[in-house]
This record gives sequence, C-alpha cells and structure tokens, in this order.
Amino acid sequence: MTDAPQQTHKKKKIDWTPYILLTPAFLLVGCIIIYPILNAIYTSFFYYNMTDYKNIHFVGLQNYIDVWSDAAFLESLGNTVKWVVITVSFQFVLGLGLALLLNQPFHGRGLIRSVCFIPWVTPSVVIALIWSWIYNGNFGILNILLRWLGILSRNVAWLSDASVVLYAEIATMVWQGLPFFTIMILASIQTVPYDLYEAADVEGAGRWKKFQCITWPHILPTVVTTILLRIIWVFNNVDVLYLMSGGGPGYSSMTLSLNAYIKAQKSLNFGYGATIAVYGTIVILIFMSIYLKAANKLKGTES
Amino acid sequence: MKQKKHVLTFYFPLTVLVAFIVLPYVWTLVTSLKTTNELYSTQVTFLPRMPSLENYRVLLQETDFLYSVGRSFLVGVTTSFLAMAVAVLAGYAISRYRFAGRSVILHGVLLLYMFPSVLFLTPLYKVFNALHLIGSNLALVIAYCTFTIPFGIWLLTSYIDEIPRELDEAAMIDGASVFQVVTKVLFPLLCPGLVATGTYIFINSWNEYLYAVMFTTSQNRTMPVMLASLVGQYDIRWDLISAGAVLALLPTVILFMLVQKQLISGLASGSVKG
Repeated sequence: MTDAPQQTHKKKKIDWTPYILLTPAFLLVGCIIIYPILNAIYTSFFYYNMTDYKNIHFVGLQNYIDVWSDAAFLESLGNTVKWVVITVSFQFVLGLGLALLLNQPFHGRGLIRSVCFIPWVTPSVVIALIWSWIYNGNFGILNILLRWLGILSRNVAWLSDASVVLYAEIATMVWQGLPFFTIMILASIQTVPYDLYEAADVEGAGRWKKFQCITWPHILPTVVTTILLRIIWVFNNVDVLYLMSGGGPGYSSMTLSLNAYIKAQKSLNFGYGATIAVYGTIVILIFMSIYLKAANKLKGTES
Repeated sequence: MKQKKHVLTFYFPLTVLVAFIVLPYVWTLVTSLKTTNELYSTQVTFLPRMPSLENYRVLLQETDFLYSVGRSFLVGVTTSFLAMAVAVLAGYAISRYRFAGRSVILHGVLLLYMFPSVLFLTPLYKVFNALHLIGSNLALVIAYCTFTIPFGIWLLTSYIDEIPRELDEAAMIDGASVFQVVTKVLFPLLCPGLVATGTYIFINSWNEYLYAVMFTTSQNRTMPVMLASLVGQYDIRWDLISAGAVLALLPTVILFMLVQKQLISGLASGSVKG
C-alpha cells in the first residue's frame, strides 16, 4: 500500500487484518519452533537421560562445562569449521563455473541443465548410500577407476580411514550442493540486461573484464544470499555424515550437529544433546554475523 | 558470448562437471541391474553382463518398500497443504500490508530457518511422546512444518510480491472483502507459485530422514528410513539399495522437472530481496 492509505489507517485505528492473517503462522511457529527452542535451552540445564528417567535433575551449567573435557565435542569443533568452509567454498566455485558454462548457448543445453539440478532434489539417504557404494573399499568404483588410471596402487577404504573420511564426505556434499549455486546464479545472470554486454563489446572489453564489471556486480546479491543458505544447510547436515560414517572412525568425521544428534537419538541423553545443540546454534550465529559483515563490506565496495 | 567456444575453456570443463554430477547416478542404475553374484565378484564389470530386474522384484515384493513409499507420500502431501495454507496467509499479510512488526517478521522468518534441526529434536520428541504421537503421521507432519513453514512464507511472499498490487486494490474499491480478493483475484495468478512451493515442500518431506528415524517405529517407517535400514549391522544389501535409490529418485526428479522453471524464478527473486 502507498503512504496515503497507511496514514488514514493510523488516524482511524489499527488495521487488524494482517495480524489476523498471521495468526495461524504465529500459533504454529510458536508451538513447533519457538517453544522447542526454549525447551531445548531449558533442558540443557538438566541431567536428562531417557534411559535413566527417574533421575532427571537440575544441574545448572554442568553440561556446558562438561563438553570442554569431551573428546568428541572438541574434535567436532575443528571438523565443523573444515566441513562448512571447504564444502561451501567448493560448491560456490564449481557452481559458479557451471552456471557460466550453462549460460552459453549449445545443443542440448536445456536437458543438460535439468540433469545438473537433480542432486539438489535427491534424498539425502540416497546420496549417502550411493556415495558409500562408490567409496566402498572392496567393490567401489572409485578405487577401480583410480587404480585403472594408475593414480592408486591399492584400494583405499575411503570411509574407514580417519585421514580421508571427512574429505570424502566433503566431496559428496559438494556434489549435492553445487547445483543449487548453479540454479541461483544462472537465474540471476539471465536478468543482466544484454545491452550492457553489447556496450562492453563496443568498448573492446575482454571476457574477464565483462565478468568483473557487469556479471559479478549483478549476481553479487544472489551469491551472498545463496552462500548464506548453504552455510546453514551444510552446518545443519546430519544425515549424510551419519549414514556414511556415523562420525567415525573415532571422531574423525564428527561435526557439532552430528554430535548433538547422536547424543540425543542414540544415547537418549537429551540434556547433554541439547547443550551441544545450543553450542551449535551459538557457533552458527557467530558464523553468520562474521559472514554478513564481510558480505556487506564487499557489497559496499562494489557499489 | 558470440565468440567461438574453445575445447579447453568450454567443452572440457563442462564435460568434467557434468560427468561428476551424472556418473554416480549412472553407476547406481548399473548396479541395480546386476545380479548379486556379479555385484560381489572380484572382476568388476562396468556394464551388467546379464541385466536383470530381479533386485527390483525382491525390493517390491519381499520388503515393505512400497508400504513405506505410501506413507512418505501421505506425509508429504499433508505437510504441503498444511504448510501452504499457513504460509499463503502470512505471505499475503507480509506482502500487502505495512504494519508494526512487519520487518521483524520478515527477517525473523529467515532467522527461524537458521536454527539447527537437531535443536528441535528432543523437545519435539518429548511432546510427541507425552501425546502418544510417536509413530503417527501427524508427528512427522508437525515436525516437517518446522522447516517448511518458514521457507514457504519466504517463497510465497516473493511470489505474491510479483503480482501487481493495483489488481487487489481495484477489487477492494469494488467492494470485495480480503477473503474474496485472496480467493478470486490472487489465487488464480498465484497458482503456478503455489504449485511450485507445494512441490518443493513435498520433495523436502519425501526426502527427510532425521526426524523420520526418531519419530517412526519399525512398523510404520517412511521410505528414507526403510532404505537406510537395508544397511544392516553385518550385511549391506547394495543390490536392493541401488534399486531402491532409483525408485526413490523417480518421483522427485519428475516433480522437479515439472515445476523447475517456476520454482527457480521464485527462489531467485526471493534471494535478491532477502
């Protein structure tokens, strides 16, 4: 609505329509999102174990202190940073590259485009299972291909070798998330006014110059939001890691989210699991604020 | 853009990236057509020696795969309708009205989306347990609303923003109520957006595993839980898994292909404003 009707509303009385329309959303969000968040924070101050139900009691900050002497938690902190930073960086770079390639006209482009988007809608269970089969130490196609190419001399057990497991899973996650970047960037590139490129051609600008001066500033807002969404999704991911290696061997592929999940789902230690989830939320909030500050600076210098 | 395409800067990187994306699917399909003997033989074959649909037959006839698919379908459809009904009203309010707290809500939606799903796990479990909902479809529908509603509001707001405001203002002047504006004016124009959002929500519910593991019992699990259960403690049924993976993918891929264009334009316009 324009300013004029808004002012008449103010003069008369508040228009309740938007609030009425928002009521179902408020109610549901309150019950199934806000309440659980508060309840999780509350639970984190308790010794709350479903296998020891009679013994639930308030322990104050004990869980929050205990995590710092928990090897799984400590190792998961570093793993989480690696997992999020490496995965999202590769997803972005490869996704951008693919978007630029798919933006050029060629035969069968429509089909190739659609096919490239499929990993994004593939069930995470399917992703975890087909990649586990690819990485299989005895019958996996990856070992066969690498041996055939002469890169490996003997089989590697990708998912049970502590030094490679996290990177193998990062590769899977890159595969899963790269299409989303391509989709978003491609959609944004297509809204660049074509005459800008023509003008650049007249001035004799090269490809890189055109990308740098026309394409990049145009897609930047989309890139910023997409990276933001991806950081959230990758950080929150549990199922791929859980199904591929369960955080192991040892804690070599344990992340914060996975750790919180395992504590709650497998050990039924709700209090401790909630504590790790709260720490996880704090970490992602810090991640976000750093990222948004940096992104705003970048946007500022571009414009 | 009009330059000639070079092998090194165009065809080579494109082929590598497309191969990286496509080959895992090809390998899964190939695996699903192999016999168990061929699957675990020391001599690995790139193409099945004797393609057979035996794995699919076993999966469909001797396991509860089909039953779990039905359940996933039911939960997905219910979640879509519930989440969209709520999201379309909220989206309309956010898009069309300027009211106190609007920007807080607009940003809050994205903030809610940020909370790790593991945070909701134990509180929801406690509630469902107390209400004896563990194992019911309702528990899954509610759990899926935690991530589909914020996303649905975000997406539908961007679709409604695309519809010119003058249209509903004209209807209002003609004396139409808010309800009439929504059903008679907006709804037909919003249909493609609703279909895209609904499909996206359905795909997300169909694919969900984390909550499904926690809130189902062994008698009424959903498709992803059933598939994951083929990874037994001692024995992993790669033959059945690959057949199941192919079947699980079919509906999502078909649905996605149908709404692709609409969904992408919604996501793209939402991302610029968000």
